[in-house]
Amino acid sequence: MLDHFEARLDGAFGPVDRERLLARLARVLPPERLIASQESMRPYESDGLAAYRSLPAAVALPADVGEAAGVLEACRELGVPVVARGAGTGLSGGALPFPGSVLLALGKLNRILDIDPLARTARVQPGVRNLAISEAAKPYGLFYAPDPSSQLACSIGGNVAENAGGVHCLKYGLTVHNILKLEALTIEGERLTLGSDALDAPGFDLMALMTGSEGLLAVVTEITVRLLPIPDDVQALLAAFPDAGCAAQAVADIIAAGIVPAGLEMMDALALKAAEAYAHAGYPLDAEAVLICECDGHSGDAEAELAHLAQICRAAGATEIRPARGEAERLRLWAGRKAAFPAMGRIAPDYYCIDGTIPRRRLPQVLARIAELSREQGLAVANVFHAGDGNLHPLILYDASADGELARAETLGGAILELCVAVGGAITGEHGVGREKINQMCVQFTPAELDAFAAIKAAFDPAGLLNPGKTLPTLARCAEFGAMHVHGGRTAFPELPRF
Amino acid sequence: MTSLRAEEPSSRLEPVPQPAGEDISAALAEQIRRAAAVRQPLRIVGGDTKRFYGRRTAGEALSLAGHRGIVAYDPSELVIVARAGTPLAEVEAALAANGQRLAFEPPRLGAASTIGGVVAAGLSGPRRPFGGAVRDCVLGATILDGRGQALRFGGQVFKNVAGFDAFRLMAGALGCLGAILEVSIRVTPAPRREAALALEMNSAAARAWMAQLMRRPTPLSGAFHDGERLRLRLSGGEAGVGAALAALGGEAEALDVWDAVRDLRPAALAGEGPLWRVSLPQTAAIPAIGEVVAWDWAGSLAWLRSGAAPDAAWAAAAAVGGHATLFRGAAPAAEVFQPLAPALLALHQRLKAALDPAGVLNPGRMYGAL
Repeated sequence: MLDHFEARLDGAFGPVDRERLLARLARVLPPERLIASQESMRPYESDGLAAYRSLPAAVALPADVGEAAGVLEACRELGVPVVARGAGTGLSGGALPFPGSVLLALGKLNRILDIDPLARTARVQPGVRNLAISEAAKPYGLFYAPDPSSQLACSIGGNVAENAGGVHCLKYGLTVHNILKLEALTIEGERLTLGSDALDAPGFDLMALMTGSEGLLAVVTEITVRLLPIPDDVQALLAAFPDAGCAAQAVADIIAAGIVPAGLEMMDALALKAAEAYAHAGYPLDAEAVLICECDGHSGDAEAELAHLAQICRAAGATEIRPARGEAERLRLWAGRKAAFPAMGRIAPDYYCIDGTIPRRRLPQVLARIAELSREQGLAVANVFHAGDGNLHPLILYDASADGELARAETLGGAILELCVAVGGAITGEHGVGREKINQMCVQFTPAELDAFAAIKAAFDPAGLLNPGKTLPTLARCAEFGAMHVHGGRTAFPELPRF
Repeated sequence: MTSLRAEEPSSRLEPVPQPAGEDISAALAEQIRRAAAVRQPLRIVGGDTKRFYGRRTAGEALSLAGHRGIVAYDPSELVIVARAGTPLAEVEAALAANGQRLAFEPPRLGAASTIGGVVAAGLSGPRRPFGGAVRDCVLGATILDGRGQALRFGGQVFKNVAGFDAFRLMAGALGCLGAILEVSIRVTPAPRREAALALEMNSAAARAWMAQLMRRPTPLSGAFHDGERLRLRLSGGEAGVGAALAALGGEAEALDVWDAVRDLRPAALAGEGPLWRVSLPQTAAIPAIGEVVAWDWAGSLAWLRSGAAPDAAWAAAAAVGGHATLFRGAAPAAEVFQPLAPALLALHQRLKAALDPAGVLNPGRMYGAL
């Protein structure tokens, strides 16, 4: 289990007297915003990846940027690691507390500072919820495009840390494509402005580097996001297929036809049944796979594009095409998709959500192999995913109370991620590496590449205090985990003896 | 990056076979290793069409032009992978043959221009505010670092958050962090319909009007003012473009006006004297450092002809939240880019040292102190 940090594999920090740390933090934060009792820290022991739990030395809840800077200063002085946390909805254990660390919870930095409808930007603090930005922009006819499924709860600061996507990123891009400027604090006490209010900035593109850096480089304290005009019209349809291969073929054909739909999602039979039982979206239960396709824009174009999509789906073997008639029906189609994760709770005690990306043309082959792996481990897998992006979310169903099932789920998850790398994809599309996929980083990257990442981190954080044990594996960890893995035809660690 | 053609392609649209090209990465790596050993600066060159841009680097040429060829291109994946020395024209021709294009529409500054140089310079064309920047479309890069090691960052898939986005960092880094060997780029289908039009409107009024226009969904793909007239380009579906044309009025123009805009060939940009490129918030006033000869990016990018002292130009640009580049006409060895805040410059230096410890890759190309 990866919730047990090991000094040998994850890096070690000198011992710190906890009383001294708390006394130092008390100079920065009032008592109500410094949590130190085990009981009160429980809500912070995990993020959205609840299988991993660990307690920090303290939880700091700064209410402004000055307090956040004060916490970082205290930690630097004492050599104490810092784990930043937004809303705690992340699915890769990126906000899992490191033992002895200070968990810097940024939820109280939750103000929308400014909306400029003419410049089409919003300046927000990191604790602002993703959906709250679009809600605040709506009166101006604008919205913030990235919409991860957790958008009701997840924070924009966390979105920046993970470079979050969502169901519409095929057309509208990821977080990095929709932000302009970041204010950030380094652990060294510097305040950095990265990016600008213009469309580019001088020097290296550090705003892009910071986006998706999972709390390892600096702490983001303010974000300027781009807002887009709300499209005139949105239309959606559901296409049912007799097997997942046909549905995957339809996805490739849609993209090849020059269509970039606003959303293109796939669900397999197991996911479909679970979602239907939970959300009553009216899904066809006899289908082996469905696609949900959405088009937006000028109403004439959205309609024409949707008709074209329907034709492609039929040609690929769709047995039923069901256009959403009206906004209520469209929202119902999405309600089922967005509820797919919680719906799994009805059919299995636990589920483990995987997040890999593959080239779209590999979909049929990868789905077939996942089914084989699922049989080998004796655990069911439901597939719900962003098909247009080739971003898979296999949901491994297991029972944590059954002996060995969690371990088997982890083995199966690891095998699926390695399959993604083997077909030319990536171990994470949008959930981040965090703690969860730290071993698979040894599969995705060579030791020299991991060294380069470590050197980039050290340029920001020389003492390695920000979010240790996450995202970047030590070479010791890779030597232990990755000894038998072959990377891109090259054997990692060729100097190590093999059995 | 290895080509990842499917053994059993599932798509009916097969990957497009490409000529083999030429892989000289081993020789390039060796040249960097030798240079690093003796701290011999290297001047990274593709087609050498952007020699005028940025600062000059003295040093032995590290020529990427021979490292060429499209490595993988499958239109249904919307991704093209090419070696750095592949001519931009070759990449664009392969895309055009499949109804696709580069969304960021980089300026074509000469036939020899290479895709590696396009990414390293990070210059995006008129479609930038609507279709994204170079860095938005880069999905992966293999670079040679300052030790001559090949490092592969990112990949060939649109969504990939494994590790830092070091590949995006290469876009616009002017080779200071690594010599780009190979890039994978997200491409975009050509729109169903495109149209161009011109409107008689002065520069200031047009800029204010653009900000209003962009609050509504309009299928814009270009908005350029040449000092006299506002040029608009529309790209999108039949209905959307048709409706916008009817609503906007103006005078229809040939689409090739936009080739000139893209390639920085409008008459307004020609001529002698220092030319400043000022990137600024769309709603900010254009800093009064000289004559505004044109603006692009719907008013977010101003071109000024000015003999102003660089420090004054940078201060004026910073005052409105923008930044200024002395695009053409800098004195030899002078700084051309907006100076960085001290903490930011120090961070740039540490990042450079992280990837190029001997400081051999394009030293001084971006800033004298880098």
